[in-house]
Amino acid sequence: MSLQAPILEVDGLRKVFRGRTAVDGVSFRVAAGECFGLLGPNGAGKTTTIRMLYGFSPPTAGTVRLFGMDLGRDWRRIRARIGVCQQDNTLDPDLSVEENLLVFAGYFAIGRREAAARAAELLEFFALTPRARSRVMDLSGGMIRRLILARALVNRPDLLILDEPTTGLDPQSRHQVWDRLEKLKASGLSAILTTHYMEEAARLCDRLVIVDRGRILVEGRPGELIRKHVGRQVVEIGGPDGALREYLKEQGLPHDDLGERILLYTAGDDGRVAAVREHFCLRRCTFRDATLEDVFLRLTGRELRE
Amino acid sequence: MIRWDAISWRFLRVWRRNFVTFRRIWKVNFLTPLLEPVFFIAAFGLGFAGLLGEVRYGGAAFSYPAFLAPALIAAAVMNNAFFETTYASFVRMYYQKTFDGMLATPLSLEEIMLAEIVWSASKAAAAAAIMLGVLSLFGLLLWPGALLVIPLAFLGGIAFGAIGLFFTGIVPTIEMFNLPIFLFVTPMFLFSGTFFPVSNLPLWAKPLALSFPLYHLVELCRLVCLGRSETVAFLSLGYLAVFAVFFTILALFFMRRRLIR
Ligand SMILES: Nc1ncnc2c1ncn2[C@@H]1O[C@H](COP(=O)(O)OP(=O)(O)OP(=O)(O)O)[C@@H](O)[C@H]1O
Ligand SMILES: [Mg+2]
Repeated sequence: MSLQAPILEVDGLRKVFRGRTAVDGVSFRVAAGECFGLLGPNGAGKTTTIRMLYGFSPPTAGTVRLFGMDLGRDWRRIRARIGVCQQDNTLDPDLSVEENLLVFAGYFAIGRREAAARAAELLEFFALTPRARSRVMDLSGGMIRRLILARALVNRPDLLILDEPTTGLDPQSRHQVWDRLEKLKASGLSAILTTHYMEEAARLCDRLVIVDRGRILVEGRPGELIRKHVGRQVVEIGGPDGALREYLKEQGLPHDDLGERILLYTAGDDGRVAAVREHFCLRRCTFRDATLEDVFLRLTGRELRE
Repeated sequence: MIRWDAISWRFLRVWRRNFVTFRRIWKVNFLTPLLEPVFFIAAFGLGFAGLLGEVRYGGAAFSYPAFLAPALIAAAVMNNAFFETTYASFVRMYYQKTFDGMLATPLSLEEIMLAEIVWSASKAAAAAAIMLGVLSLFGLLLWPGALLVIPLAFLGGIAFGAIGLFFTGIVPTIEMFNLPIFLFVTPMFLFSGTFFPVSNLPLWAKPLALSFPLYHLVELCRLVCLGRSETVAFLSLGYLAVFAVFFTILALFFMRRRLIR
């Protein structure tokens, strides 16, 4: 994979809105067949970055190259090869489910017969065939998302760009979308994905970056990031007392003090952690595996954004 | 700022999208141009029959319904094109985010906007064609010259669609369309020689009428439908063409400024 030329190269990307910096020097590469995640709190600049990737927003500075072509010059050829699933619902409410796909295929100059074949195939893949003639407005949230995904695939893209594809979905719908995305990934499709669900990122992304205030904080594989920034296990200790705090400080154990709770991070067999479990876990204590969410919260802090 | 090199025939794909939605409710869409002329001719032809004698226009005398008929078509062209690129385009742009979706495909913003304008002109020309048929049943038009109303309607549609889209590029909210309608569309509808010859206006008001694109469209429609006109046809055509090009450029400029951030 590393030998192949990257299909997406982003260098020093910046976006300033009337004096406010939304994206502040972002660089990354995505290899063919890879699923790349873009994580970050609200307002981190994910959507702004994504919009620059498909040539919707002109960057204030920096370059985007896709499939070896420059986005500024070859935008039309590039857009013909990508599928975009925007954060907002941009489906056409004036059209039926099927017409949405057919008309969209027209924007890619796909012939009618070919478009009809692809629409039928995609409706089937996303379990929308029975609703082909429904109005978009009559669809459930999950169906709308699936239709947006189907529409993004109508041009058989080489790269799928997904801005929060599962936000607002119930667990059933989310799992269904994940299932489809995994199938697409298995077929070799490259993707770039933003999400607020760490479970989704850990499951789908080969590699990811966590961005905050327009800058990349870390980059890596989900498992690596967890081991590096958190460890293997987390001990959540409720109602901690002074003695525990004293002990943790003394031993220099990595932890976060949330006041009502202390999160203790551990790489595995550590006698000191065992000691904590023995002596300080008299009341509420939970032991669990470290997750990407721990990484995210450790790196971006716990205070609210926006 | 407008990228002229980004305009290709692909804009017809966007035109087709509007055509597909139009077709869905074609019965409703055809009702207005079918019935509107009947209402107007009935009201003015029957209701005013005793009050209004003949109208002297372009050196000849016409019955009032005959005088009115071509102007009704011209006014419908204005309304169809202007309302399409104001309210309808605004809804697509702002509420439905249709243009945002299109901008993720190989379409350029210029193509999308051009398609909106051309679509509004096509819709106006279709309405004009239907009205032409209805008004012919009353025996009010000269055939086959009246058929030229259709290309004229298309040209006028471009002019009114372009200025409508220009307003869509600058209004902050959809309610603000009231302003251009009150200050631009309504005065034009009343004072473009639609209901009375502009030659009847006092001298000071004439230049104002002369600046109205609807006036020139009305005159051109009368020329092809009645064989008479009070303007020089080539000047009126030229004015409409320049108006159309000027506001198409402004519309592309302001829509780009509005949408691309
Ligand atoms: N068109 C715009 N004009 C001005 N500021 C903008 C514009 N679009 C985004 N911003 C600002 O840029 C910053 C980044 O926004 P962006 O939408 O990229 O965040 P995000 O990471 O996608 O957030 P979320 O998770 O909420 O979708 C925010 O502070 C936002 O207010
Ligand atoms: Mg976003």
